[in-house]
Amino acid sequence: MSDSFVTRVEGPAPEMEVGRDMVRRGLIFTPLYLAVCGVIWGLNGVWSAGYGIAIVLLNFMLAALTISLTVRISLALMMGAVLFGYLGRLGLIFLAVILVKDAGWVSLVALGITLIVTHLGLLFWEMRHVAASLAFPGLKPESANIESVKPLDSI
Amino acid sequence: MEALARLAAETVDTVAKTAADEKNIAAAASAGFAYGLAAIGPGIGIGYLVGQAVSAMARQPEAAGMVRTTMFLGIAFTEALALIGFVVFILLKFA
Repeated sequence: MSDSFVTRVEGPAPEMEVGRDMVRRGLIFTPLYLAVCGVIWGLNGVWSAGYGIAIVLLNFMLAALTISLTVRISLALMMGAVLFGYLGRLGLIFLAVILVKDAGWVSLVALGITLIVTHLGLLFWEMRHVAASLAFPGLKPESANIESVKPLDSI
Repeated sequence: MEALARLAAETVDTVAKTAADEKNIAAAASAGFAYGLAAIGPGIGIGYLVGQAVSAMARQPEAAGMVRTTMFLGIAFTEALALIGFVVFILLKFA
């Protein structure tokens, strides 16, 4: 058996951390975005935007969960899961939109714009944070937690 | 003469319906093609991205955390292209 089938990565799952962070940021940004959609498209816009944001956040968490679960088993499995997961998640988004497209509370324009704006907006926001963390590891909150470090003279 | 006129009118109606149906079929097929084509590119991109990330993790397991973080963001960015194609599809087809 070749190495790619048996190689696996143990340890913490950074993608779950990134996913949770994006959900947190998404929840922070949701009220403002819903208000803007309400002004532009009315109540239907608010419901549609909320639905769109929920789809995007679930999509991120599902992607993170797929990677973090499969990378502990094998890298080859992770690759397969990511590729088929991509198709599966696209199918789920398709299904989620097709199921409600004729509902009275849906504004398809608001829903479509929300899907793109939320997805790209959260990604750029998170990328900015991740890029700063990777470039300046000393700025990470974990490293800056000096209260947990005991002074030498107290030991 | 009257029957001939009625037949001509019916024929024109049938042709018009067929033309409208053909237009609908062509629109549905085009939207489907657009969505399919929009999904192919990101599929290739994600395959390449994950392949390179797997290679990097196999070569340098100590950098796996950083590789996985950037891989996850890369996958999400690539997926945005498919999402844009999907949104264009639903807007063209149903809006």
